[in-house]
Amino acid sequence: MTNPNPQSGSPDKEPASEAQAAQNALGNTERAGTATTPKVSEPQPQPSLGRLFLNNLWAANTFTVTLLSLVLAVVVGAVLMIISDPDVLHTYSYITARPSDAFTASWTLVSEAYANLFKGSVFDPEAFSGWLNGSNGWQAVLAPISETLTYAAPLVFTGLAVALAFRGGLFNIGAQGQATIGVILAALAGFLLPLPPGLHLLAAVLAGALGGALWGFIPGILKARAGAHEVINTIMLNYVATYFLTWLIVQNGVQDPTRTDAISRAVDNSAQLPRLLGDNLRVHAGILLAVLATWAVAWLLNRSTLGFELRAVGANPDAARTAGISVTRTYILIMVFSGILAGLGGSNMVLGSTASALTPLVVAQIGFDGILVALLGRVKPWGVLLAALLFGALQAGGNRMQSYSGISLELVTVLQALIVIFIAAPALVKAIFQLRAARAARLQTSLAKGW
Amino acid sequence: MEPGEIHALLGENGAGKSTLMNVLYGLYQPDEGEILVDGKPLKLKGPSDAIGAGIGMVHQHFMLVPVFTVAENIMLGAEQTRGGIAGFLDRRRARREVTEVSERYNLRVDPDAVIEDLPVGIQQRVEIVKALTRDVDLLILDEPTAVLTPQETDELLTVMRSLKAAGKSIVFITHKLGEVKAIADRITVIRRGKTVGTASPEASRDELAALMVGRNVRLTVDKSPATAGDPVLEVTGLVVDDDRQIRAVDGVDLTVRAGEVLGVAGVQGNGQTELIEAIMGLRPVLAGTVSLAGDRIDGWKTKKVLRAGVGYVPEDRSVDGLVKEFSVAENLVLDIYDRPPFGAGLALKPDAIASSAKERIEQFDVRTSSAEAPVGTLSGGNQQKVIVARELSRPLKLFIAAQPTRGVDVGSIEFIHSRIIHERDIGTAVMVVSSELDEVIGLADRIAVMYRGRVIGVVGPDTPREEIGLLMAGISPDAAGEDGAATDGGPASADGSASEDEA
Repeated sequence: MTNPNPQSGSPDKEPASEAQAAQNALGNTERAGTATTPKVSEPQPQPSLGRLFLNNLWAANTFTVTLLSLVLAVVVGAVLMIISDPDVLHTYSYITARPSDAFTASWTLVSEAYANLFKGSVFDPEAFSGWLNGSNGWQAVLAPISETLTYAAPLVFTGLAVALAFRGGLFNIGAQGQATIGVILAALAGFLLPLPPGLHLLAAVLAGALGGALWGFIPGILKARAGAHEVINTIMLNYVATYFLTWLIVQNGVQDPTRTDAISRAVDNSAQLPRLLGDNLRVHAGILLAVLATWAVAWLLNRSTLGFELRAVGANPDAARTAGISVTRTYILIMVFSGILAGLGGSNMVLGSTASALTPLVVAQIGFDGILVALLGRVKPWGVLLAALLFGALQAGGNRMQSYSGISLELVTVLQALIVIFIAAPALVKAIFQLRAARAARLQTSLAKGW
Repeated sequence: MEPGEIHALLGENGAGKSTLMNVLYGLYQPDEGEILVDGKPLKLKGPSDAIGAGIGMVHQHFMLVPVFTVAENIMLGAEQTRGGIAGFLDRRRARREVTEVSERYNLRVDPDAVIEDLPVGIQQRVEIVKALTRDVDLLILDEPTAVLTPQETDELLTVMRSLKAAGKSIVFITHKLGEVKAIADRITVIRRGKTVGTASPEASRDELAALMVGRNVRLTVDKSPATAGDPVLEVTGLVVDDDRQIRAVDGVDLTVRAGEVLGVAGVQGNGQTELIEAIMGLRPVLAGTVSLAGDRIDGWKTKKVLRAGVGYVPEDRSVDGLVKEFSVAENLVLDIYDRPPFGAGLALKPDAIASSAKERIEQFDVRTSSAEAPVGTLSGGNQQKVIVARELSRPLKLFIAAQPTRGVDVGSIEFIHSRIIHERDIGTAVMVVSSELDEVIGLADRIAVMYRGRVIGVVGPDTPREEIGLLMAGISPDAAGEDGAATDGGPASADGSASEDEA
């Protein structure tokens, strides 16, 4: 640590020891709290809930913690598997007599389950050897990856939607609703517009984005003009969107004429996102769009004037306003952009290979999962991409785990939740693994109760 | 520390004063060394131990719950209950304690007032009362005057004297030399975490300042007489409301000419903040006009006002001036990020931003580890230099600086003042708003005194302090004759405290 700053009491600038880090933590939002310096006659602005959360998410939080959170989640998941399997549980009833039974049974169950999770999402050695000796095609080797990418693509979009809003100081809980409106418009454009291939796809994707934008704009303008809190409004709009979809599906012209249940007509082939690896593998161009969107969001945040405004408003709206940035306009723009991303995520669900028609559950949980993905990705674009890939892999592998090991798919959801809980509580992870500066982080989180 | 002594702890920003006192109050744990009370070493695990040992602290930022009443705040942490297990709060007793303590030490507070309705000076008094109800012998005041008006400061000094008379010891942390000389029995100067010397209050200001910063500093502002040109900023009949929709600026007329510094003096909360915010387009103008070099600018958006050549140093740097999480470089372009060479169309030009940042860090002597360091890690003085650097590095017609040196160490004050005068000398109209009368007198060529939303007098910088002080208290010069002596060092005049209670 160089010290080019000798005259103004810089020894306190960076926490040199754990104790100092703890002191810094006591300084609350002030990074240099210890240094007494910035304290001088600056009434500390009450940090917003989102800002505080973001600080906690980033504070003393590294790749290590993320990795350890995964490990912890996997361990807790293993315990849950053992508990939920009656046969294995039975071996524990005579554990004092024959402990090896219990351990072997548990190990077999857990290791096979996780092996299936891996085989279903990344790489299956059997398929590979099958390809080598000609018993199956190359598609079988790429199938796990294809599944992972298929599940990941919409999550990238919704994750980016939440992350972008978060960076602008807004808590967009409404990615689900924005994705729902997005999926509706994308599907309608997909089966109502008689357009040539190519153009039709473009129109459907844009319709999806437009739907999301609209559903983001409403809470945005309510926040900017009426001061209505976006958390409340986005949650409420989620309900509106969900039930609008349920209603719409059974209307004439939308419902599949050959069916009596709630399913719409299928999207025309001309509006489907092209499959990347042939018809047998589900991976589609949505994942390419997702990578493109990640790059675009990263550029927007870090290299554009709009991103500068957005980050300034997110970090300190007062200073942004004083510097001539229109906070209300920025809020609206943030929500519109966030909505566009979520809407694109929604359109993936019907234009991609997951489904081709609207059903009440067509968007699944991508909006809410997007919140988890955003947090896991530390609200940074490329981090979101990686987090979405992980979640996609868990989904894809979970399917195989269910069919081969009989572990219910819900366990995957539990794993996802556990990962995010551990990530959101870095102090817990650090305490468990006895990482340095755990005390500092603990202090910091306990101070965060000031919400 | 002796009983009944006022010990001043003097040091620059970041010298370690507050840290030391936080250790003493048990908030931080010492890495090494020990604290002796009455000759016995003391191990403090937390503030409650400190209170038990008779140490009380009044923080720089008050630790009060804004929506609670004075009595509730005072009993907080030491709640007395009655009704046995039901544990009803004994509010009556808390109220009685407040009244008792405030009478004993002559600290008038209304136990039923809600904290957020009280002016800062009174809030601080509540903090002192709170400490006193815990029967402390040693009271630590951490920069108590940073947020106070001159009148409130005078009152605080009076309070400190009466506490001293009652045998309490006081540690008084500050970096204002005048107050130290006025009240302290003994002075310890701290620099960069080390005691660099003790001094008696008889030491001259310059000696103390030199001790504080480790070199000689000029406390007066050197400047040549102004050569005022054409009017740049003209404000007529301006009416502005504050956040609570209460009239804050009530018909202000002001003119600032090119090449002069107009100082706006006044007790804080008399409309200065709202006046500036209205000029900057941050607050709606209800009536009257603001014009900049002939153009009406009232109703313009802030961005347009800034673009028209107005530089603005806001009063509260951490709230309005800087985005702490942003790097120094980003903060240096906070209001010109979308202008060439820093932005072109939708894209930012990181290279241009970085190179200009490097230049300005050097030019304005901003002490930072790098241009990429978050500005929140800088000391207060350097943060302020970042804002000043940002605002002064584009061609300006008008430069508005509100509290430009609040909470800034002596070395940075000197630097910022010289930049302000330099800006004046190159023909910019400058408006300086400050609650530090010395600063206004030192910088200004003309001084406008604001009281209750009006300019009640415009005087020259040679006007005696007492006269300006009376204007600040709302007494115009002709009526000032008989109570002229009252503001000078002694207890504040009845008018002063009355207006403050209403503020």
